[in-house]
Amino acid sequence: MTALADVSSHAIAGARWRIAEVSFWLLALACAFLFPSRYLIMTDILRLALFALSLDLILGYAGIVSLGHAAFFGVGAYCAGLMALHGIINEPVIALVVAGLVAAVLGFLTSFLVIRGVDLTRLMVTLGIALLLEALAERFSNITGGTDGLQGIEMHPILGLFAFDMFGKTGFFYSLIVLFILFLLARRVVHSPFGLSLRAIRNNPLRAAAIGVPVNRRLIAIYTLAAFYAGIAGALFTQTTALASLDVFAFERSADLMLVLVIGGTGYLYGGLIGAVVFRMLQELFQSITPQYWLFWIGLVLVVIVLVGRARIHRWALFVPNLIIRQFAGRKAVVAAPESDAS
Amino acid sequence: MTTLFTILFDGVAYGMLLFVLACGLAVTLGLMNFVNLAHGAFAMAGGYVCAVLVNNSGWPFFAALPLAFVASAAIGVLLERTLYRHLYARSHLDQVLFSIGLVFMSVAAVDYIMGSSRVFIKLPAALEGQIDVLGVGIGRYRLMIVVICGLLTLALQLVLAKTRFGSRLRAAVDDPRAAIGLGINVPQVFAFTFAFGCGLAGLGGALSAEILGLDPYFPLKFMIYFLIVVTVGGSSSITGPFLASLLLGIADVAGKYYVPKMGPFVIYTVMIVILLWRPNGLFGRTAAR
Repeated sequence: MTALADVSSHAIAGARWRIAEVSFWLLALACAFLFPSRYLIMTDILRLALFALSLDLILGYAGIVSLGHAAFFGVGAYCAGLMALHGIINEPVIALVVAGLVAAVLGFLTSFLVIRGVDLTRLMVTLGIALLLEALAERFSNITGGTDGLQGIEMHPILGLFAFDMFGKTGFFYSLIVLFILFLLARRVVHSPFGLSLRAIRNNPLRAAAIGVPVNRRLIAIYTLAAFYAGIAGALFTQTTALASLDVFAFERSADLMLVLVIGGTGYLYGGLIGAVVFRMLQELFQSITPQYWLFWIGLVLVVIVLVGRARIHRWALFVPNLIIRQFAGRKAVVAAPESDAS
Repeated sequence: MTTLFTILFDGVAYGMLLFVLACGLAVTLGLMNFVNLAHGAFAMAGGYVCAVLVNNSGWPFFAALPLAFVASAAIGVLLERTLYRHLYARSHLDQVLFSIGLVFMSVAAVDYIMGSSRVFIKLPAALEGQIDVLGVGIGRYRLMIVVICGLLTLALQLVLAKTRFGSRLRAAVDDPRAAIGLGINVPQVFAFTFAFGCGLAGLGGALSAEILGLDPYFPLKFMIYFLIVVTVGGSSSITGPFLASLLLGIADVAGKYYVPKMGPFVIYTVMIVILLWRPNGLFGRTAAR
């Protein structure tokens, strides 16, 4: 009984909101007013952050390495696009949820394929599913619009009140609110006993099974949830940019996503959000230096990060913030990236 | 009926090419349990070396082929000694990220140096056109590929089965720890095999310029094919990947011929089904332990 109480008090303490977290979100909100001319790129960062959050759920918490997460992003994107194009569901928020649910159904169905086998098989199966969907989208180009994408998507006002404007202001706040709500949900999930059991599975599936965690069912659940998140990210993409083309399924999208998460760090939810900001900045920087060959620099960043070691980089990155926090709060390292190896 | 044979033959040629391209990967995965998504980059390097030698320096095609092998092997051994060997003990995630990074770098670098358009290698006149065998049209170039790749496969099989090096390699694949305990220098065996696998990939890249097409996105486009060969074939022998490549080659060519629009769809579906049915590959043990 004491052990149980110990675990729950520990979990509750871990779930408490910290000053750093609150200030993070206040900062995000402040950005909206600080850079009113940069709504489009900030919306882009928010979408990427949500997408990365979804990968963090399965990679950082459950240890599933996926190379095909763009599959769910793409399904969400096409779903939202088709619904808006054919006027099936005009209300963006409902369409968003529906697109997420469709992706979740796909995630649920494919999760049975993913939980089998080891890392390599998982890599192949997730990659295969994304490629399969891309091939399907190309095959049925009369529905999906092929490489040209869906043309002429008209978005209706959100809740019938807020119309999408050309500066992307509505889109930005819409994305920020969606991201925040889904983040709260994810935060609740990973700090629940369910989330703790996921971490147990990540660290040692055999041991987790031995203490009575239903490993496969938990993995299916989190995979489905991650697919839901990715679907919503995709739907947000379509709704805020009013386009959806074949490249939503592209391998580069899944690979970039890994990079985002690796920059930010896995397994503490903020990794995806921070990574998205840094990644987009880097991308802008590289594109301004060498417009055509920025892929090279992105690749170099990946190689260097891996060679230096992800844990070490995060220690360096957190050195200054921790120093400041220690000065003010007088506590031991408030911000720490719990490094988790999904191996 | 004759089209069936032509498809079969083209499929075999394609499959053999895939085998030469991918068999180095089987060793990387099987021996060091390293997920190397950048294998296609070595193939591309070989292809471009061959293209530059033939088109710009006027080398004969058959003289450029060994050079493609040597160049890729040299790049392979260089990268293995400087970068790859630090990552053997890391998690699969790190290896995947690292090799994707390498792929991105190679794509952009080749794009920068050689331009983004598809490169053709000037073939000698003897390799163009078709010959008729019992009414079945057989491309000379494909015939040459079948001959070269067939000989290579035989040689590989002989080296693996009959020589001392082969038995060391097999021992190291089966159980690296026991092999080290027996005094086999596993890192050295691996470095050599890695270089040789890269060289083969380079040779395959040079040969495939005509059939698969050579452009900077080669490593990304065919990454999945190499992985299919290895995961479906398993890595405990080279027979597994060989049969898997033949299967993949024939299925791909037939798929493109009979259901042109569903081609890739068929391949991926078959791959997923096989991996679900036998997660360890069709033939023997899985690459990743």
